[in-house]
Amino acid sequence: MKSLQRFLRIMTTLLSVYYAYMVEYRAELVLWVLSGSLPIILMGIWVQASQTSQFALTGVEFARYFLAIFVVRQLTVVWVIWEFEREIVEGRLSFRLLQPLNPFWHHFTSHVSERLARLPFAVVLIVLFFVLYPQAVWVPTVGQVVLALLVTSFAFTLRFLIQYTLAMLAFWTERASALEQFSFLFYLFLSGMVAPLELFPPVIRTIALWTPYPYLMYFPASILVGLPVDLGRGLLVMAGWSGIFLLLCRWLWRKGLRQYSGMGA
Amino acid sequence: MAAILVEHLSKVYPVAVKKPGFKGTAQHFFRRTYRHVKAVQNISFQIEPGEIVGFLGANGAGKTTTLKMLTGLIHPSEGTVRVAGYVPFQRKAGFLQEITLVMGQKQQLIWDLPALDSLRINAAVYGIRDRDLEQRVGQLSEMLSLEGKLTQPVRKLSLGERMKAELLAALIHQPQVLFLDEPTLGLDVNAQVSVREFLREYNQLYAATVLLTSHYMADITALCPRVLVIHQGELIYDGSLEGLVDRFAPCREVEVELAQVYPPDHLATFADLESVQGQLVKFLVPQASLTRTVARILSELEVNDLAVTDPPIEEVIGRVLRSGAVV
Repeated sequence: MKSLQRFLRIMTTLLSVYYAYMVEYRAELVLWVLSGSLPIILMGIWVQASQTSQFALTGVEFARYFLAIFVVRQLTVVWVIWEFEREIVEGRLSFRLLQPLNPFWHHFTSHVSERLARLPFAVVLIVLFFVLYPQAVWVPTVGQVVLALLVTSFAFTLRFLIQYTLAMLAFWTERASALEQFSFLFYLFLSGMVAPLELFPPVIRTIALWTPYPYLMYFPASILVGLPVDLGRGLLVMAGWSGIFLLLCRWLWRKGLRQYSGMGA
Repeated sequence: MAAILVEHLSKVYPVAVKKPGFKGTAQHFFRRTYRHVKAVQNISFQIEPGEIVGFLGANGAGKTTTLKMLTGLIHPSEGTVRVAGYVPFQRKAGFLQEITLVMGQKQQLIWDLPALDSLRINAAVYGIRDRDLEQRVGQLSEMLSLEGKLTQPVRKLSLGERMKAELLAALIHQPQVLFLDEPTLGLDVNAQVSVREFLREYNQLYAATVLLTSHYMADITALCPRVLVIHQGELIYDGSLEGLVDRFAPCREVEVELAQVYPPDHLATFADLESVQGQLVKFLVPQASLTRTVARILSELEVNDLAVTDPPIEEVIGRVLRSGAVV
């Protein structure tokens, strides 16, 4: 009980301090929010295309889908690999290693705090979007919203675990972010950011649904807009991948610490 | 029980080797070769609780590598280490509660926030209650003359204030073993003096063990009765500071004010010349021939004034570090 209390105190302190850190540079935050607006651009393309060709989704459905993708992306964006790599290369990881707390929690809470800090800006953009495109307005049920938020939290955790696992390779390569750039290609196409999975050829779609990528955006976004999804299977696949990456991450962490040379420190 | 016990400690690093030019780059890309650098070689020493020990060595001598092994940041290639009864590399919570590392060229405080925010994180991580945190911050900030500075963003503090705040953050959990790597680096003389005074006071107050590296010899002479000297990864001296001077500086400095200017070639026939500035000449004379040399100077040169002194300790240590001489 005492250790749980202590852990909760650490988490709340980290969240509040990192929130203060995130709101220190408001302009930067707005730019980061805007930099995640690729789904909005793609929305324009697909809505336009739906007017001339027949797709599984109508123009309004496309608009809602990509808006949901935008929201999910705002809540699941992860950059831990660049931070971790810099900490290794500059030897700043040393300070974290000297404290009785796994550095994972510093990174995780700073990401969660950033989410809270960027939320108001993202809401403003959503309202602006509805003002400009009133046909796309839809009101999801409370159940849909709660479920979508829950699944988005899982999606964020999975995305974080995948990137943190790749970040562990910085103990060996010092340029682990190159791997992230490579894997981003799969993320971009298989996550449903470029196109909903309904538009994929059936074989590709079946294969994609066994990878973690569709569950990082397509799955929670579909729940939010009411597209049909296999909830049970989706949650199981997410749990499975999370477990795999958690084990891999812990194993690499232990191995990596033996490699660490505390460069420059 | 010794606070720090080191036995036959070694660390070997693989370092990638690359030849210059395009051919070297291509070779480096396809078939990387490594050489093994012996950063620390078979060193042993023991430090008792409450001791302040200076750890001296030129750049690249192996000081920081040793500190990293003592703090559990890197794994030794060979040998054993015990710090506060723990094996550092296992990084047990009890060990991490007992130690701290301050690096003059690195910072742990969050740059854009007041130091107090970083202190809140440290307090939560080390399980310090709010009441204790307040009391410790009050005490340490008074000792460091940091009152009113902890609510300013770290980036707005002066270098000296920042270093003091770093010290405060590193000591908020009241560690018993302090590893200090160049804690006064880049500070002006006043800030150096106040950091030194603080460290002495902390050591006395908490009976903490301190292992200190510094290129400012004033830090060493002011704080460390005992020094360890490391050269090319090997421990070449472990003993008192006075002992180091006696052992490595069996020379005295003879400062002479001459009545006229003599050619340096002629002056060099008396003893090693340390400096010549017109009529003011400094000789470095071996202890054994001191009387004979001084008598000869007085009889053969026209002398206004003559003084015999020990060479400054900084100079002696500098000479030891440059040559790695073991007498």
